[in-house]
Parts: sequence; C-alpha cells; structure tokens
Amino acid sequence: MSEPSSTLGAPRDRVAMAISDRCFIACMSIIGGVYVALIAGMLIADVIYMIRQSASAASGQEGWSAYIVNSPIVDALRDPKIRYSIRLSLISCTLSAILSVFVAVPLGYLMSRVRFPGRTLLDAFLDIPIVLPPLVVGLSLLILFQFPPFSWFARSIVYQIPAVILAQFAVACAFSVRTMKATFDQIDPRCEQVARSLGCSRFQAFSLVVFPEADRGMVTAFTLAWARSLGEFGPLLIFAGSTRMKTEVLSTSVFLEMNVGNLEAAVSVSLIMVAGAVVVLVLTRMLGVSATDPYVTKPGRAPHSAQAIGSEP
Amino acid sequence: MIELRHLTVHAGNFAIRDISFVIPTGGYCVLMGKTGCGKTTILESIIGFRDISAGQILLGGIDVTDWNPALRGIGYVPQDGALFSRMTVRRQLGFALSIRRIEASVIHDRTMELAALLGISHLLDRVPKSLSGGERQRVALGRALSFEPRILCLDEPLSALDSETRLQMCDLLVQVRQRTGVTTLHVTHNLDEAERLADPLFQLRDGQLQIN
Repeated sequence: MSEPSSTLGAPRDRVAMAISDRCFIACMSIIGGVYVALIAGMLIADVIYMIRQSASAASGQEGWSAYIVNSPIVDALRDPKIRYSIRLSLISCTLSAILSVFVAVPLGYLMSRVRFPGRTLLDAFLDIPIVLPPLVVGLSLLILFQFPPFSWFARSIVYQIPAVILAQFAVACAFSVRTMKATFDQIDPRCEQVARSLGCSRFQAFSLVVFPEADRGMVTAFTLAWARSLGEFGPLLIFAGSTRMKTEVLSTSVFLEMNVGNLEAAVSVSLIMVAGAVVVLVLTRMLGVSATDPYVTKPGRAPHSAQAIGSEP
Repeated sequence: MIELRHLTVHAGNFAIRDISFVIPTGGYCVLMGKTGCGKTTILESIIGFRDISAGQILLGGIDVTDWNPALRGIGYVPQDGALFSRMTVRRQLGFALSIRRIEASVIHDRTMELAALLGISHLLDRVPKSLSGGERQRVALGRALSFEPRILCLDEPLSALDSETRLQMCDLLVQVRQRTGVTTLHVTHNLDEAERLADPLFQLRDGQLQIN
C-alpha cells in the first residue's frame, strides 16, 4: 500500500536548501574572517617590519646569528631602561592581578549568592572602570588622592611605583570581578546548601566546598587581570607619570620610544608585550578547556573575556 | 518527629499558607504535588533554607523555626545529589563527621558501614564525575545519613533515574528506613514511588494539604 502524499509537509527543493545553507556559512565566515585577518595582519606586519630592520642592520654579515644579534628586539633587551620596564611590568602586573583576585573572590561571591536591595545598581556600578575612558580613570585617581585620607599617602603613592599598581588594579579588578561572579554563578548553590545541612557554617561551606570548585575561575580571573594590567596605559600616564627608570612599564616604553621617534624600539617592545599576552591567553584557554565535567555542574569554568586583553587608550 | 504549625512562606510572587502537619518519629512521609505547587518550598523551610513569614517548625518537639540549617541536624538529598565535585566518595561520606571534628578512626568505620549499607564500597575512591546517576544518589544518601540525623529530607531524589534504578533505590530507601529508623520527608511527583514508600502520603493541591 502506498503512503498518502502530502503537499503541506513536502520539503523544499533539496538543492536550493543545500545552497542556502552553504551561503549562510560562507557569509558568516567572510564577515568574521575580515576581523581575524585584521588581527593576524597587525601581528604579521610587526614581525615583517622587525625582520626587515634586522636584515638591514645585518647587511654585509653572514648567517642567522647576525640577524639575531642585530635584531632591534635584542637591542631593546640590552637597553637597561627597557629591562627596568620589563621587570616593573612583571612585578606590577603580578601584584595587581593578585590584588584583583583577592578582591574579586568575595565581591563576585556576594554578587552571585546574596540578594540585597540595589544589587542590580551595584552590578552596573562595577562596570564603571570597564566603560570609563582610561584617561578618566587616571584623572579620577589623581583627584581622589587630593582628599583625605588618601591625600595623607599621596606623596608616597602618586607618581611613584605604587601608583602603577593601583592604576592597573583599578581597571583589572573589574574584569576579575566579572569572571569570579560568572564562576560562582556556575557552581551549583545546592552544594553549598547541602554543606550547610551537614553542619557547615557559611564560611566552612564556602572554604571547603565552593572555593575549591572555583579554582579554575580564579586562575582565569588572575590571567585576565594580569593581561589587562600589562596593556594598561591611560591611567598610568596620568596617575603614575612616565618617568624613565621609575614608573616606566612596557606600555609606557612604547609611548616614550615613539615620542623620541625610535619606531624600531617601540615595535620591539610591542612584540615583547604580544608574546606576554599570547602566553597568558594560551594558558587561560588550556585551563578553561580542561574543566569539562559531564556529570556535575561545570565548576569554576569562567567565560573567556577577550576584551580583557589589549592595550589602550 | 516533624511538626509544622500554620506555616506560611512567601517566595517571590508565590506563597504557601497555613500548612500544618505532623510526621511521627520513624515515619516516612511522602509529599506529592504538581511541579511548582510548593513541595520544595516546604522542604526547604524545614531544613532552614527559607525565611518563613508565619508559623512554627518543630523537630523532635523543639521549636527550630529560627535555627541555622547547620544546627537542625537534618540529612538532605537534593534532586541531582549535588555531590561535591572535587571530593572522593570516601571524603563525601566522612565530610559531616570531619566538620564535627570526630576522630579519624570513627569516621573510617562509619564510612565503611554506610558504604556497605548502600552498596558503594567499590566506589569509595572515585570522584562524582565517574559515577552513574544511581550511584550518585546512593552517595548523596550516604552523605546525608553519615552524621546519624534524626530527620531526612529528600527532594525528588529519584526523578532523574531510569525505571530500573528507581525501583532499586526505592528498595534501598525502605531498607534504610528499617535499619536507621530515621524520620523521613520525601518530596516527589511520581505516584508509583509515593505508593511504594509513603507512610503517610500527603498531597499538596492549590496550597492546601490533603492526607491520603
């Protein structure tokens, strides 16, 4: 017996459907690919520029070692000012990232778990350092330190190394808070409830059950804060100044080298920063992916915030 | 014994009003009702997770209405077990006792006893992600019973299990009741499960409690 034919349920032309599907993916790929090409183009241009400069400096000399020895990157690494800048960047970024996570864990937890009046307002308020123009963050910090009790410490902070860390922390912490809130949102609150029913105080439930499950989120928050601090420039310029061998970090070095017309050194420092950011990004992705857990909620998996990486303004 | 006296709880726009019942010591009460009718709200109020608007909650004759959940001594098994993902089964079973600073040898003995009762002795060194749904619920039940609570609250503990595992777990719950004599409140929307276990069976309909 033949099956009854249906005109209403008949599929559309299969060929047209296949073409439509392919066109859809192709359009998406072209639009997205333009941006990917822009990022890749910027990095490749920096590298090609560096190779050209190395080649012209090594002209007349034989072998790859001549390229390396005469590379502007090696020159930059030999420069005591750049070495100071690298050292201060590593120290200040690490300290601001530690401070950011230290603040972001309790703040992210409270925002995720506790319902209180004005919570939505506070949630938006915490985004202010992210949306505020970076120069304004620096200016606001500078103005803040004109009022007590901050003014009491202004002499030892403003235009000093602590200002570098504070300016980096002011922006980086906002990204860490976002990451930690998302992390705690993804940890099943019932685990905490069970812990409390088993006899835990709130602190014990947090420290013994929730905190261990947030470890990967904390690593993500740390790396994002670190990378964000590395790219910080606007607030530093206003609040910490750009004094060589004092408050100079890598982003400041790029600015100072550009100011004196030394494009080679500026690009060299930029590539050093790119290398640092890439290491951090790869680390974050690796730790994020390894948190896959098929049975329980995905603890500590935080969304990757690409916007946290990069220099500004 | 669990006793509710004129319990009223508001949860957002939803409220349950003037609920009263008594579950005698050693009883196995099944609370049935449609999804969203307030069964879990009642259970969470008893455990202490919800602020109540009016009424009293008495456990073993003591008014615990304002008590912290940690002090009420209620074993709690949520729907999906909510196991601690970073702890082995052994640590989960000993968790409540280690919080109470009980001696390690006592914790070990209790863990082995529970594992034998629940048939999870071979799983002690595994972590939750490597357990099946039934195994996870057995561990969650063991963790809830570990500190020998007088009262056990189960929030749809079998709803995510296949029918065969569900039957096995029903048998296990009957066995646990016989062995421990714990007073149990079991929330479910499954009639078959309710009929197998209930003693007594309460139905929550339109905010009103009916005893079957």
